[in-house]
Amino acid sequence: MAEKRRLLRFTRTERTLHWVHATAFLVLLATGLALYLPSLAELVGRRPLLKDIHVYTAVAWAAAIVAVVLAGDRRSLRRTLHDIDVFDQDDRDWLRRRPAPQGRFNAGQKINAAVTAAFALLFAVTGTLLWLGERDTTFRFAQTILIHDWLTQISLALFLGHLYLAVIHPSTRHALNGMTRGWVDAAWAERHHPKWSRDLPPEDPAAPDGVLGA
Amino acid sequence: MAGDRLERRYGRRVFLGVLAGGLTSFAWAPAASRVLSPLTSAGSQLLGNVFPVGGWRIYTISGSMPVFDRDTWSLTVDGLVERPLKLSYDHLRSLPEAHQVSTFHCVTGWTVHNVRWRGVRLQHILDLAGPLQSAHALRFVSSEHPYEDSLTIKQALLPDVMLALDLDGSPLSRPHGAPARLVIPEMYGYKGVKWLERIEVVAEQPTGYWENLGYDEDAWVGGSNGYG
Repeated sequence: MAEKRRLLRFTRTERTLHWVHATAFLVLLATGLALYLPSLAELVGRRPLLKDIHVYTAVAWAAAIVAVVLAGDRRSLRRTLHDIDVFDQDDRDWLRRRPAPQGRFNAGQKINAAVTAAFALLFAVTGTLLWLGERDTTFRFAQTILIHDWLTQISLALFLGHLYLAVIHPSTRHALNGMTRGWVDAAWAERHHPKWSRDLPPEDPAAPDGVLGA
Repeated sequence: MAGDRLERRYGRRVFLGVLAGGLTSFAWAPAASRVLSPLTSAGSQLLGNVFPVGGWRIYTISGSMPVFDRDTWSLTVDGLVERPLKLSYDHLRSLPEAHQVSTFHCVTGWTVHNVRWRGVRLQHILDLAGPLQSAHALRFVSSEHPYEDSLTIKQALLPDVMLALDLDGSPLSRPHGAPARLVIPEMYGYKGVKWLERIEVVAEQPTGYWENLGYDEDAWVGGSNGYG
């Protein structure tokens, strides 16, 4: 049986960055909800411990993101940043629900990535203010906790949508392969991201296991 | 590239736009919250105890919340008094009842409006115990150790200070400090000791749990802890 042609969608650095962020998000969400929801707070208890885990996870998250960027393949990150930044007419058509061929990311994925990055920074700013405000009233603002809550509520909705598209939705769930193992089937890429798959070199002898676009 | 294929850098605009919206929300969040809160409180009625009901958050300082056992529970009133007391739950319930509707302010910024409390005024408890001449303050000790706080007797006798037993028509639930908590609406919530087990009448105000961590002793809403 002929091996299916595979295309490299995410480098090791990109995948590490994604899973560092995802792991931190899940730990922060779980501990955050246990601190925030009365029923969970009663069930779980251990508030001081949860608070410590929440704060230290946030610090570890920031350090790990910086470490991955410094130690990783920054060229691939710059390329991805560019891919996310640039919207062409096809992207605008796609957002208006007109059929339009998409590149490595569709317009929705680009917006999701940009919103996720902005939310991460806003979480960091409001979280730091909450931490500081507990220690010094100069940094205590009545709005901070409200904004941190809103970010949580919106993030939870975005996360559930992301999870649905990555794990359940039949036409997009193959993309999860790109984020776990790096590669996607060329035939799938041809259907969903034709402008990207067509731009890749037709053959790359250096790529292992027939993975193209490394 | 042809005009209709024009590339635009929308990615960074989305990023910066969301960031700007988030940062400026320090200015508009309170107004937006006032508009949204009727919606969210209607939602929390539906969702019951799953979401912060009516805006309550539950803060604790220890591993688990104290458990209330009606048969063994008692409130100790001692210190500078003529008659040290151990009040059972039923005894506390038999004292003259007071009702009030007041606003609960947390020092971290959230507020719950129109909270219906029912309980006992501290005057009745002090009358039973008989404070000595040297008495000046009350130390409130929680069974969630080492939580405690204090009020001057003058503050404790303000007209809407009470030892609350009921919240919104039902006996206090465990997260809200069952069976008895202190309520002083004109001060931030950390003064309102939950799971109250002891009132010690003292000559000088001892330093409370949060006061040890830098919070103000007189926690007037809008006039302490960096506010106002």
